[in-house]
Amino acid sequence: MTDTTTAPPVATGPTVPPPQRPKRRLGDVIFSRLSSGSGFLILIILAAVAAFLLVQAFPALVSSPEVLKTKGYGEFWSWVLPFAFGTVWSSLWALILAVPVSIGIALFITHYAPRRLARTLGYIIDLLAAVPSVVFGLWGTMTLAPATQPVYQWLNTYLGFIPLFGGEASGTGRTLLTAAIVLAVMILPIITSLCREVFLQTPRLHEEAALALGATRWETIKLAVLPYGRAGTVAAVMLGLGRALGETMAVAMVLSGNQVINFRLLTSDNPNTVAAMIAQNFPEASGIRINELIAAGLVLFVITLIINSIARLIISRYSEFSGAN
Amino acid sequence: MKITKASLALTAALALSLTACAANEGTKTTASTGGLSGTLAGKGSSAMSAAQKQWITDFQTKNTGVTVNYSPDGSGAGRDGFTSGAVAFGASDRPFNDSEMGVGKFAKCAADSNALNLPVYISPIAVVFNVTGVDKLNLDAATTAGIFSGAIKTWNDPKIVALNPGVTLPAANITAVHRSDDSGTTDNFTDWLNANAATVWTNAHSGTWPAAYAGEAAKGTAGVVDTVTKGQNTIGYVDDSAAAKLGKASIKVGDAFVQPTAEGAAKMVDASAQVAGRAANDLAFKLSRTTAGTYPLALVSYALVCQQYKAASDATLVKAYIGYIASADGQASAAKSALAAPLSSALQAKVKTAVDSIK
Repeated sequence: MTDTTTAPPVATGPTVPPPQRPKRRLGDVIFSRLSSGSGFLILIILAAVAAFLLVQAFPALVSSPEVLKTKGYGEFWSWVLPFAFGTVWSSLWALILAVPVSIGIALFITHYAPRRLARTLGYIIDLLAAVPSVVFGLWGTMTLAPATQPVYQWLNTYLGFIPLFGGEASGTGRTLLTAAIVLAVMILPIITSLCREVFLQTPRLHEEAALALGATRWETIKLAVLPYGRAGTVAAVMLGLGRALGETMAVAMVLSGNQVINFRLLTSDNPNTVAAMIAQNFPEASGIRINELIAAGLVLFVITLIINSIARLIISRYSEFSGAN
Repeated sequence: MKITKASLALTAALALSLTACAANEGTKTTASTGGLSGTLAGKGSSAMSAAQKQWITDFQTKNTGVTVNYSPDGSGAGRDGFTSGAVAFGASDRPFNDSEMGVGKFAKCAADSNALNLPVYISPIAVVFNVTGVDKLNLDAATTAGIFSGAIKTWNDPKIVALNPGVTLPAANITAVHRSDDSGTTDNFTDWLNANAATVWTNAHSGTWPAAYAGEAAKGTAGVVDTVTKGQNTIGYVDDSAAAKLGKASIKVGDAFVQPTAEGAAKMVDASAQVAGRAANDLAFKLSRTTAGTYPLALVSYALVCQQYKAASDATLVKAYIGYIASADGQASAAKSALAAPLSSALQAKVKTAVDSIK
């Protein structure tokens, strides 16, 4: 780059003999400070969030169950457990619905679609990521739920012997499955975009080698693309999961959530998620109830940390075998 | 105390931004009318939000020197904000209870002054339904409690049929919709159920839906209205003002089935006893949910003020503003814009006496 060599005449005078150390111009210094500063900043922010959660949650965590029963929402762990379950359960179903579709779209874009169509499709997927979650919430509760209700009724009537579809079907369609579908649509773009990038990184040689061995296109994908992209795919799925776990507004609007642990997908009586529950109760909360809600937030924070750590473990294991190195 | 630093900072920021707006508005008018000036901050009940907007507009038109800010952050926030002195008046869907009251507990009040709970807003709650082929429905509290607790599961249950002779009820499942968020509406609804049908509805009143009872949950009044409207064979409870197009159940009071009306709700407050052991001017009511001739399913919101303020300027503004909203004019204005039930003239007179006693 020619402009960087001519830029600041400040750093070294012309008479100074060339130093042993590599030259550091002002731009280098500023840039390295800025980027390491940003690096530290993110650590500080994370620590500050954790500290805030701990300090604010502390009164609720140390209060006696009697105090929490009379002034709060109830004994902490039994109160928060259904919501923690609901968070994980709804996100799990969102992943089950979204991941196959996302990988399918990503493979279509990278390996099947004509280039022009692939580009357009990519834009559309990215656009989907820009839709605010409140819009998804409105769509879910006003359009998707009534539209899917007859389907749920049918599933419940004819497949009700499967425990997941059992119970009494919801009359409104605002079930856990609807919430999971909305969440799936919301996390689809992020997983698709990342998978697409990952699949594009597959070395041409790997694919050509597979083709040379007589593999069909599907076999090529199976042999070269998917194993190579496995770590990246897991990372993409985890990012999607992160969004699903923390999604508040859409779930608060779509899901008919109660304080209950229930595996059934089609009833009105669903476990609410932590994030939605906090949003719904915070406006009217006061005193120890605020601490209890923040403690629930801390639980969500811990759940997210655990899931991300597991993801890290998986990624580091796969990357050794993926042929990426 | 329980007010967190973060929320204080937020309040401060909010107050700053609000006063900033107010300052802009103030520049438009040069001469102030009404002889009052200053800024009055209030906070609390979101149920009262629409009414407060109207009252503020009315009041500021008459008193151009005064700026009233009301943030509808919720009743809990209103009680905390008033206790901590963040605002000069609070608004809450329930009065302060005995443990919250106390001389010297309130930051804006003089050291020897207690708070006053003044009812200023009454809103009937309607039990709304959307059932195929049914446009009139009678319910008593025990049946309603059965429906909302999940004990009564279908519309043609004998208990519902017995209350509705001549009405063909479908053999469909009932979807009972409750609020998923903490709300004064739920608190009053469950209080009514518990007061009239304690054997069926065993939980005490609470703003959050009891975990023991299942059912469909929806967020906010709008969420309940939407869910009841869009769903099949649904029933829910919402502020009467929001129930416009839905069928409203007549609830059994004494021997009669009554529709929600503003007069009925106001009569319920008149029939209620004041909370014992309070100062003469404290108008906290223990709402009577059972008196015949009234509509006992209603929400009553209170203005929380000091008997005596530390700052005389606060006292002047609170007296003027709360005096206005509890007056016949103020109540009529809220009835028109927010579809609230006006206080009865007897209660208006009591509130006026109380407001006049504020120092």
